[in-house]
Amino acid sequence: MHARLQGWVLPVAILVIGAIVAYGLPIALSNQTYLLRLATSLALLVTLASAWNLVGGFTGYPSFATAAFFGLGAYASAVMQQFGWSALTGYATAAICAALLSAPFGFAILRLKGHYFAIASLMLVSILKEVTTGWSNVTGGGMGINLPGAGGDPLAIARISLEILVMLAAFSVALSLVISRGWLGFGLSCIRMNETAALSAGIDAPRLKTIAFTISSAICGVAGAAYAGWIGYIDPSDVYDVMWSVRPIIAALIGGVGTVFGPVVGSLIYLVFEELMWRNLLTFGTGALGVLIAILVLVMPGGVLPSLRKGKVS
Amino acid sequence: MNSAILAQVLVNGLLLGGLYAAIAAGFSLVWGVLNVVNMLHGSAVVLGAYAAFFGWQLGINPFLAALAIGPAIGLLGWVVQRFIVQRVIAAPVLITLVLTFALDLVLNNAMLAAFTADYRKMGSVTGLPPLMIGTVSIPADRLIAAVLGIVATFLVHLYLTRSRLGRAIVAVRMDQETARLMGVKVEHIYALTFGIGLALAGVAGCLIGAVFPISPLNSGGYLGVAFVACVLGGLGSVVGAIVGGLVLGVVESLGSMLIGAEYGVTVAAVLLILMLLWRPQGLLGRAGYD
Repeated sequence: MHARLQGWVLPVAILVIGAIVAYGLPIALSNQTYLLRLATSLALLVTLASAWNLVGGFTGYPSFATAAFFGLGAYASAVMQQFGWSALTGYATAAICAALLSAPFGFAILRLKGHYFAIASLMLVSILKEVTTGWSNVTGGGMGINLPGAGGDPLAIARISLEILVMLAAFSVALSLVISRGWLGFGLSCIRMNETAALSAGIDAPRLKTIAFTISSAICGVAGAAYAGWIGYIDPSDVYDVMWSVRPIIAALIGGVGTVFGPVVGSLIYLVFEELMWRNLLTFGTGALGVLIAILVLVMPGGVLPSLRKGKVS
Repeated sequence: MNSAILAQVLVNGLLLGGLYAAIAAGFSLVWGVLNVVNMLHGSAVVLGAYAAFFGWQLGINPFLAALAIGPAIGLLGWVVQRFIVQRVIAAPVLITLVLTFALDLVLNNAMLAAFTADYRKMGSVTGLPPLMIGTVSIPADRLIAAVLGIVATFLVHLYLTRSRLGRAIVAVRMDQETARLMGVKVEHIYALTFGIGLALAGVAGCLIGAVFPISPLNSGGYLGVAFVACVLGGLGSVVGAIVGGLVLGVVESLGSMLIGAEYGVTVAAVLLILMLLWRPQGLLGRAGYD
């Protein structure tokens, strides 16, 4: 009983710290637009990286579907709000839509391995992007959607978005900690190390993989909804940008794939780099980011590659 | 449905498919031999297309220019593999994917900066009138481009099956360790294969540039074509890529008529996922050991 209680101390502590930061940070940064934006971006990236890590890290399936559920969540929430529902309903819809799509889709494609899985998951981004663009009487097509709340005080929106995303990030990390310590995390790590052996040991791999994928996607969906509320205007080429899939992966790679706090640290480091790139090299920003990512992947064998090899992602 | 329209749609699909075959073959070869999904492939196609476009502005026929542009981009591929990709060749899938994605960001952004995102189009290359078979009209340039795409792909197949180095590539694909024991220098074969893959991409780019508008924004679309046609044809099979490319071309052409052109990617992507789930070995149903 004592050990059981102890297991909950850290996740609860993360949530409490998250709540304190979510309450305090927007007040501390109340008028500093730039820092507010940076902090919100960080919270968003931590959320996505932790969520990706459930599938890409714990389970060892290199998913590129983050952008798909991120975009789906953004649109689900935006469309609901356009029909006059509250932002909270929007978030709930985002989570439900992402979960409802990801459960069957994940169940199907999680049978694939390595590159095949990566490509199938990446294809979902293209599909949703095109369907969203084509279904213009609901989604506004390529014109995008202006969220109803977007007309308000920009600083107030920035502060609320920071609050929401910090709490979401804390939730995402705490959940990942709980999962890593529980039966689900145990099963997932068995699958990562040797799926055939896990199956023969009686672990229901398809079910566990689908659960992890669904939880991860639902979090990405809510993150997308929060992003839509923050930015106030979404269009398919923004929210279904493949970079939403890639940035969480890079963040997790920097910090340590498959660890609970790696994605948090990695997000911070990545964002600092990205910020420096964008500020100094506007026209070649994406290219410079590419150079940076390539260098990170090539020259971090000490921190990144061995831990991955041990877990054998492919 | 009117049979004349159907015939025209099928022909359009095959004309498209010839180009798709050339895009997919190099991608499939690299994936099969190196076990690397080369996210750079789409941008290499675009690079070839721009090189052909600038050659055309100087009065050089893009179909002839492909003879020089292909090897030049192939050389670039050789360098990229030898000095960059080779460093992580044994790393997990995620690492090579992210690395080639990062290289793609660099190349694509460089092209966007240099060429802008505006679409450009060559005028008619040969100036020949369209070929008419019954009611079906076949534009001469597109026919030449499609045929050359398949010819280029088939030449690579011949190279793999007939030449000494080609056999070495196939040997590495079948069993890398044994090939090494037989004296094959696997690192060199990797670089050569990557070079051939990008050379084909460059040739495909020249052919596409000759008949379609081009822009750096298209690179993701070409990469998607490579994914789908490669999986349709069977991983690592060059002949399979021809079949996959033609099938994809026809499916896209039919799909855009039946469902609407705006859902072209969706049709292809759904096809890809279904193929992966039900026939991951490809339509030809065998591992791609040419």
